[in-house]
Amino acid sequence: MAAEKKEALVLAKPPAKPPIWNDPRYRALFFQVLVLGGIILLCVFLVHNTLANLARQGIASGFEFLGRTSGFSISMHLISYAEENTYFRAFLVGLLNTLLVSVIGIVLATIFGFILGIARLSKNWLIAKLATVYIETLRNIPLLLQLFFWYFGILRQLPGPRNSIALFDTFFLNIRGLFSPQPIPQPGFWWIPAALGVAIAGIIFLARWARKRQEQTGEQFPVFWTSLGLIIGLPLIATLITGFPLKWNYPELQGFNFQGGLVLIPEFVALVLALSLYTATFIAEIVRAGILGVSHGQTEAAYSLGLRPTPTLRLVIIPQALRIIIPPLTSQYLNLTKNSSLAAAIAYPDLVLVFAGTVLMQTGQAVEIIGITMAVYLTISLLISGLMNWYNKKMALVER
Amino acid sequence: MNLLRTLVVSTAIACFTFAGVAGAGTLDDVKRKGFVQCGVSQGLPGFSNPDEKGNWTGIDVDICRAVAAAIFGDASKVKYTPLSAKERFTALQSGEVDVLSRNTTWTLVRDTALGLNFTGVTYYDGQGFMVPKKLGVKSAKELNGASVCVNIGTTTELNMADFFRANKMEYKPVVFEKADEVVAAYDAGRCDVYTTDRSGLAAQRLKLKNPDAHMVLPEIISKEPLGPVVRHGDDQWFDLVKWTLYAMLEAEEYGLNSKNVDKMKSSSDPVVKRLLGIEGDMGKNLGVDNNWVYNIVKQVGNYSEVYDRNVGPATPLKLERGANALWKEGGLQYGMPVR
Repeated sequence: MAAEKKEALVLAKPPAKPPIWNDPRYRALFFQVLVLGGIILLCVFLVHNTLANLARQGIASGFEFLGRTSGFSISMHLISYAEENTYFRAFLVGLLNTLLVSVIGIVLATIFGFILGIARLSKNWLIAKLATVYIETLRNIPLLLQLFFWYFGILRQLPGPRNSIALFDTFFLNIRGLFSPQPIPQPGFWWIPAALGVAIAGIIFLARWARKRQEQTGEQFPVFWTSLGLIIGLPLIATLITGFPLKWNYPELQGFNFQGGLVLIPEFVALVLALSLYTATFIAEIVRAGILGVSHGQTEAAYSLGLRPTPTLRLVIIPQALRIIIPPLTSQYLNLTKNSSLAAAIAYPDLVLVFAGTVLMQTGQAVEIIGITMAVYLTISLLISGLMNWYNKKMALVER
Repeated sequence: MNLLRTLVVSTAIACFTFAGVAGAGTLDDVKRKGFVQCGVSQGLPGFSNPDEKGNWTGIDVDICRAVAAAIFGDASKVKYTPLSAKERFTALQSGEVDVLSRNTTWTLVRDTALGLNFTGVTYYDGQGFMVPKKLGVKSAKELNGASVCVNIGTTTELNMADFFRANKMEYKPVVFEKADEVVAAYDAGRCDVYTTDRSGLAAQRLKLKNPDAHMVLPEIISKEPLGPVVRHGDDQWFDLVKWTLYAMLEAEEYGLNSKNVDKMKSSSDPVVKRLLGIEGDMGKNLGVDNNWVYNIVKQVGNYSEVYDRNVGPATPLKLERGANALWKEGGLQYGMPVR
């Protein structure tokens, strides 16, 4: 009773402005500022403490080391690199090697994953079961073990350089890697990539034009076959006119090993194989979930509108499945990129092995180097994430 | 408020953790915890390697045992942390180990920029190359274009680069983190050449499938003075580790060994008397017991005993004393006077 009375009393009065320390808005703000201040203080304390401790123990700090001569060699470099170059150049070499293995891994894992995912849904019993067994096996074995399997189990068993497995006397496979001829463009070669570029631009233009025409008149245009013709035809014509100005540098057995040509080192092959085959199993499951996530009613509705199976898949099923597939697919791409740092276990000269390994050991500047390495992985991951989010937005349901 | 409390508590913990690292002298810490934490390799026969019973043996291990003998009078009071070449300095800097005795080369950068102090040289070494005999190579100058298996984070990696650069030759490094992986890669034929310190070549060769099918090339391309390492800024601990090695060298020079050390206690030689703590306060000056040298020699041995037991001609490594003989016998090992 008393409480009711009190309530009535409060209601009767015009609502008084509460004191500032009881106002929930100010209260929330106060505590947020307090927590933020605390976190900033903690960070400042940690940084200051680290610097003070480093100075006290006489350990060098700062980023000047990046400009100093590295003095060591790296077995695989996409940009020119020698011992006279700086630590920063060594960093770039490692970074590019990481990016290379990640990009190739992502492309292969995506292709293989989509095939596997569709295969698991196949009506053919054998194909579906094979895909299931593959996915369940590889998905459940740790990646590091798979890496060791490919590197130590398979590629280590290849013969030495003098007993190389030769294919047409142009490709050679041995324990040091796969050696293939290297194309060396001669003057006039640029016509061929230029023709390819024109073909791609033409296809984009053609596709837009065809869609517009279909929207206006309902007539369809064989875009696929025309595109195929363009993309093969134009470079072919350019090749015929210029007389294929390309020379090949063949690998030859000289001294210890094959010299010249292109080399795929076994560390690279093992890493790409392990990363893509492992990640493909996860992508396969994502693809399967995506396709199963589109209800069968959609297919039936499309059929009842008179669409044939192929346009149904292309225009109805896949766009909806992609909406389910893309977000988890992003995580898999991120995983693959980060997992590429396992390279250090098998001597592939990636960012971790070259920069957070050799460079760290030689300069001893662990804090700076590990910091840079972490920042680089974070940046790569955020870039991939941003790109996939943009693509996801593009694919998302547009409500009109 | 809970969040605030968490924040305060975690800040306080962070403060104490960092303060702990900065703490008092290593010697006091070691005495308090009752053992020496010794950083060793992950298995290098003759230097630091577990035997079939799991006990650590080797020259580097014996240095740690000698330090423990000097402090506690008991050489067994050592705990070992196996470290890869890459991890070793961080482990020492962060206080995870008290002394790093892990076939580590003394260089200027390590002595300065890494905040470390080398206490002396336990083994004078130099870098060499090993190749399969069937390759037909007779000199390191013929190695142009070779791929070389090497351990990450070592001076080896750099010396090799210098050597190939100076001789205008090309090479392809294959860099592994663990010494065992390097040896396995070389044995499988991934590389033409395996390079490390010559003592290491002698030791790792024992792990190859067919040790006799390989040979060490005659060139020695670098100086590799290997020795124990401690942190900068703790002179008392630095002194103790340094003088432990000198004591072992002095013991050899003055004829003290694990068998005769009890008898030598009655020697009239003043140097021996000082060494064994019968005269003077040598141990006290170092912060340990005066009979520290007695304990070292009795339980671990003098330098030559340690050498012969672990890497000498009678061991599988078959390394002659060479540069590691006493200065009186034409070598480089020279113990500073204990007085």
